Amino acid sequence: MGEDAVVIGVGNPDRGDDGVGTEVLALLEGRLPAEVRRVSLSGGDPAQLLEAWAGARRVFIADAMVSGAPVGTVRRFDTAAGPLPAEVQLVSTHALGAGAAIEMGRALGRLPAALVVYGVEGSSFAIGTGLGPAVAAGAAEAASRIVEEIS
Amino acid sequence: MSTPSKPETRSISVDYLARVEGEGNLKVRVRDGQVEIVEFGIFEPPRFYEAFLRGRRFGDAPDITARICGICPIAYQMSSAHAMESIFGVKMDGALRELRRLIYCGEWIESHVLHAFMLHLPDFLGYQSAIHMAADHRDAVEKALRLKKVGNDIVTVLGGREIHPINVKVGGWYKVPTKKELEALVPNLEWALDAATWAVEFTGGLPFPEIEQDFEYVSVSHPDEYPFNEGRLVSNKGIDVPVSGWNDVFEEVHVARSNALQSKVRERGSYHCGPLARYSLNFEKLSPRVQQAASKAGLGPTCFNPFKSIVVRCLETLHSVEEALRLIDAYEAPARPDVPFEVKAGEGHGASEAPRGMLYHRYRLDEEGYILDAQICPPTAQSQMSIEDDLRRVLETSLDLPDDELQWRLEQTVRNYDPCISCATHFLKVEIDRG
Repeated sequence: MGEDAVVIGVGNPDRGDDGVGTEVLALLEGRLPAEVRRVSLSGGDPAQLLEAWAGARRVFIADAMVSGAPVGTVRRFDTAAGPLPAEVQLVSTHALGAGAAIEMGRALGRLPAALVVYGVEGSSFAIGTGLGPAVAAGAAEAASRIVEEIS
Repeated sequence: MSTPSKPETRSISVDYLARVEGEGNLKVRVRDGQVEIVEFGIFEPPRFYEAFLRGRRFGDAPDITARICGICPIAYQMSSAHAMESIFGVKMDGALRELRRLIYCGEWIESHVLHAFMLHLPDFLGYQSAIHMAADHRDAVEKALRLKKVGNDIVTVLGGREIHPINVKVGGWYKVPTKKELEALVPNLEWALDAATWAVEFTGGLPFPEIEQDFEYVSVSHPDEYPFNEGRLVSNKGIDVPVSGWNDVFEEVHVARSNALQSKVRERGSYHCGPLARYSLNFEKLSPRVQQAASKAGLGPTCFNPFKSIVVRCLETLHSVEEALRLIDAYEAPARPDVPFEVKAGEGHGASEAPRGMLYHRYRLDEEGYILDAQICPPTAQSQMSIEDDLRRVLETSLDLPDDELQWRLEQTVRNYDPCISCATHFLKVEIDRG
């Protein structure tokens, strides 16, 4: 308990741009202090997210989003302060998304002190396709901004 | 939603039903108090899985079809593997067969708890969503989240990963777990035994509309076991055929409003598959603990009230937890993870019980094992007619409700089925027109 920071990448790499969360985690390899945990989750299951951030003071979540912004756009949301804007949907290819899981955490009183979501705008969530180039560039930007915040 | 000009000829329209998997709609027309049209439409685009399975090798089917659904991939793997195995004469026995039952326990637990507590329970307690419900029912939501995770953990250990698991193959498994790996699941499963018993009691105490339907219940049925992945196709109105007889007793029809084929009993009509059907056709195969919990929740050996499906989902969760503990206790790792077989041409059939109902697969292979054609009949596609029957009945008995309450009740009626529209299209939007 009482660890400083956790980075959680949410997404399914088998579903196109939904894999951006996993990609951000991969890009963080070797760039964060050793004690910072990196957790990969395939979807926004509330129990798994609550477990993943339990005990951490600062939590960073990287996930694909659909908000109407240009593909590859990176947006930062301080979700400890309030819900995601209504136009932003964190994408999940099954069940509940991370946005719903965060609100479930808020309702249960189990949010960390700081909860930052980096959303990368995606466009294609088809089976078996990789990240589009703009989304890959967005992943790199999100990773760099997370490194900057944690350091 | 529009306001009625007078009570008996009002009009309600809802464009999108929440808390279901996928995209569909509901259109209802009532004139002078008479229900004229009830149409349950699926507008999620068709996904053409059957077409792109053609030309693939037999061994690709479990992994490709598992991608049809993020909630019930195991069902797809089981039905496809069993269909292929029926062509090659492979018989799953011993620990390999038991492991398939165990992974199904995991899928039933996670899917049933997700639907019962996160998607369906808010209907009964009057909340827009589980998030709105969580603040007032914190303990129940916390318990449900943990219970669901017990199921996820089983699927992860056996399936290699939680979403679209990859460890099932035609002929068995790629890798089997050690006894120790399975025993690590036991403490949480023992907690889950009490939690699932609580879930049955909790949902058994909910208020239920007094509606019973004359369902033709259809499920897989095995002489000795509550059904997962082996048995005959049976109904309470006379169907009793081997799985290979699916197309002899059922037919798929296309209706303009749905991108998913609807299924019906030939020359008869709608049928109902899913937890209520399994329960009512196989009650005697449930353990004394589950039967007792059912009785305590006010259920007899059959149940024809579609709204009580939430209780039956919790009973099946309890069954799955108990069965998982039994299977782990008896498990001895087999010498090899699969059974050998020779590829040959032929036609094979597989039917297993996905959490939301029977899932039928049929494949025809050439002599090298390439798929010539495939047929996949998901439970939600099979349930469409039954859903429309229920909506009509609920409408007829609830026309005195104000528009917002009626809409609520109709959406709840659809969610009784835990529909997975993504599966059915391999579907919700509500439109009520009272004139």
